[in-house]
Amino acid sequence: MYEILKKSEIFNVHKMVIKAPEIADSIQAGQFVIVMGNEYSERIPLTVSDWNTDTGTITLYILEVGISTLELARMKIGDSLYAVTGPLGVPSEIKNYGSVVLGGGCYGIGGIYPIAKACKETGNKVISIIEARYSFMFYHEKELHAVSDQVLYATSDGSKGKKGKVEDVIREMLEKGVKIDHAFFMGCTQMLERCSEVTRPYAIPTTVALNSIMLDGTGMCGACRVSVGGETKFTCVDGPEFDGHKVDWKELYTRKSAYVERETVVYQSYSHRWEVPKVKSA
Amino acid sequence: MELTAKERMAIERHSMAEQPPDLRNRNFKEVPYGYSPEEAVAEAQRCLSCKNKPCVSGCPVEVPIPEFIALIAEKKFAEAARVIKTKNVLPAVCGRVCPQENQCEGKCVRGKKDITQAVAIGNLERFVADYERENNLMELPEIPKKNGFKVAVIGSGPSGLTVAGDLIKLGYEVTIYEAFHRGGGVLVYGIPEFRLPKKIVETEIKALEDLGVKVYYNSVIGRLHKINDLFNIMGFNAVYIGVGAGLPIFLDIPGMNLNGVFSANEYLTRSNLMKSYLFPKYRTPMIIGKEVAVLGGGNVAMDSARTAMRLGAEKVTIVYRRAREQMPARAAEAHHAEEEKIEFKLLSNPVEIYGNEDGWATGMKCQRYELGEPDESGRQRPVPIENSFFEFDCDQVLVSIGGQANPLITSTTPDMKVNKWGYIEVDDWGRTNREFVYAGGDIVTGAATVISAMGAGRRAAKAIHEDLIKETDETLRPPDKE
Repeated sequence: MYEILKKSEIFNVHKMVIKAPEIADSIQAGQFVIVMGNEYSERIPLTVSDWNTDTGTITLYILEVGISTLELARMKIGDSLYAVTGPLGVPSEIKNYGSVVLGGGCYGIGGIYPIAKACKETGNKVISIIEARYSFMFYHEKELHAVSDQVLYATSDGSKGKKGKVEDVIREMLEKGVKIDHAFFMGCTQMLERCSEVTRPYAIPTTVALNSIMLDGTGMCGACRVSVGGETKFTCVDGPEFDGHKVDWKELYTRKSAYVERETVVYQSYSHRWEVPKVKSA
Repeated sequence: MELTAKERMAIERHSMAEQPPDLRNRNFKEVPYGYSPEEAVAEAQRCLSCKNKPCVSGCPVEVPIPEFIALIAEKKFAEAARVIKTKNVLPAVCGRVCPQENQCEGKCVRGKKDITQAVAIGNLERFVADYERENNLMELPEIPKKNGFKVAVIGSGPSGLTVAGDLIKLGYEVTIYEAFHRGGGVLVYGIPEFRLPKKIVETEIKALEDLGVKVYYNSVIGRLHKINDLFNIMGFNAVYIGVGAGLPIFLDIPGMNLNGVFSANEYLTRSNLMKSYLFPKYRTPMIIGKEVAVLGGGNVAMDSARTAMRLGAEKVTIVYRRAREQMPARAAEAHHAEEEKIEFKLLSNPVEIYGNEDGWATGMKCQRYELGEPDESGRQRPVPIENSFFEFDCDQVLVSIGGQANPLITSTTPDMKVNKWGYIEVDDWGRTNREFVYAGGDIVTGAATVISAMGAGRRAAKAIHEDLIKETDETLRPPDKE
């Protein structure tokens, strides 16, 4: 189970195609899985960027940021993940909004793809906007082009598309009077907040996919709680998608940083102290 | 040599030897060491073998208690274990975690005057189950020919394991779906190692697998498969829902989302299931509090407090709204917690958690309570004392004040009848309003005990057997319900 069939690296983002036929059969746009590389691993939530019911596979893009993602990144084709649980979370609300903008950064470049695809299939005009530091850090572009009426780019160094970020592209669109009926954003929390602030003055309904710290993913623990419109919600079962204009961002940053200190120490000392434990399939 | 009743009465209860508090509150090894065979025999001789068996009436699964104790007195330990297993598939677990003082031991005539002098039924149950396991005397029962029916069990906690165990022995094909990567439900994510060693749970699940029960891990029913799919696509004839604890409740007071504030579920799952007490070998990190406050007075609160102490806290305080006598925790757990220098602030309730500018908890403001008139449950109601507040420092708060129903299955199963709190409605035998769908344990009753969940599983297994067999062959009908 959960064998890695394909694997490649796009500058610190690792693509993995994993055998998980039951998940491929039941997953919908906007849902995620919780993954453990080996039996010592943390349970970490990852957005599913693509799936194929014929081959029984799901595609994950994993941004290497800490020890858990590092250990996943070191796994090889033919290895099996210890656990892949999903699909989890409420699927994206897909309907004919009219004109939809999807903004993605980091793992969200792949993450917005299924939502873009579903939006396209329901007759929306789909504008995908993706950001990266440099032009060579984009990925999953061909697929994204296939389901988008337009794909716009933003790079920090200006090497592709607009120099800047997704929010700069949207701001420019809005200032020019381009009609946007709904916006979806997926990526790091800073990006989600800044993009939501750009759409707020125009009252554009804005959905953000949050990436809170999770443990079980079934609502049992409350690790992923987040304040939305003054109410406490659980990202794993009430989300992961919420109204970007109602999220308490400050609290979310704080909660996401809870383990940074301990994780950093372990990550920094990783290679000197441990081998990756032998993988045993569940 | 047969003892007279008078001789039996003269024997004092044997307490179980334990790790000393100062040692154990820094390790995760089990606290009581268990009886020696001599102690077990001597304790068994205290039983008067009452004709009317009051102890059995106190047991939710009606273990034949005097019978198994008599076998211990004859040193037939493995036989005693098998007698228990006719009614209870998890004796090693129940001997450790049942609230015996409210059940079997609470009804024991030897404890009429002084409950601490009741026959130590729980200790004896644990002893024979451990004896059987440690000496490799566990026997696999004969499995009848498969009857052709397939049953799906959702959740591998105490009730799910009971249903699976009962039905596989009746010739059913049984498949368990477990959301986590390990089986056992609350027995592995909730109850700590020092109270229930995980290898015991692993042995029990392995035994079920040896009998032919299939266990699928990482399978969140309601998302991966819906209940209807289990029938229509996967071809199951009946489904048992034993998904257990729901969503944790947080207090509606300022500061509940500060860093350092955890649900007990999260805290215990990190430590127990994910083994973060062995961090960094196990990669799940844990926040180690220096001054830890635990809200609540149940077993989960005691487990959280004792875990915090073992992880290195300097001071752990339990904050509970009612009085000590009203704490729902098992007497042994509260006693162990006290021995381990956990402090109790009783008749106190937090009104605010204080935090620093970085968003971390730093302290708590509580209001003092006093006991007023009895409520419907007969317990004296705690009433806040006006303008009586106190504050204390804490950098970690573990919230253990109960839960609410998990809607994952009920929200994805059309026309499943639930009560106003979202728990599944069932008849006395665990039947839901949906044909061939059964439920039991915490998803029906709200937070309760391991043994009551097992009792519900046992009744549901009977109902499943009766309902399915009724469909086919009248001669295969199970005997009448008890």
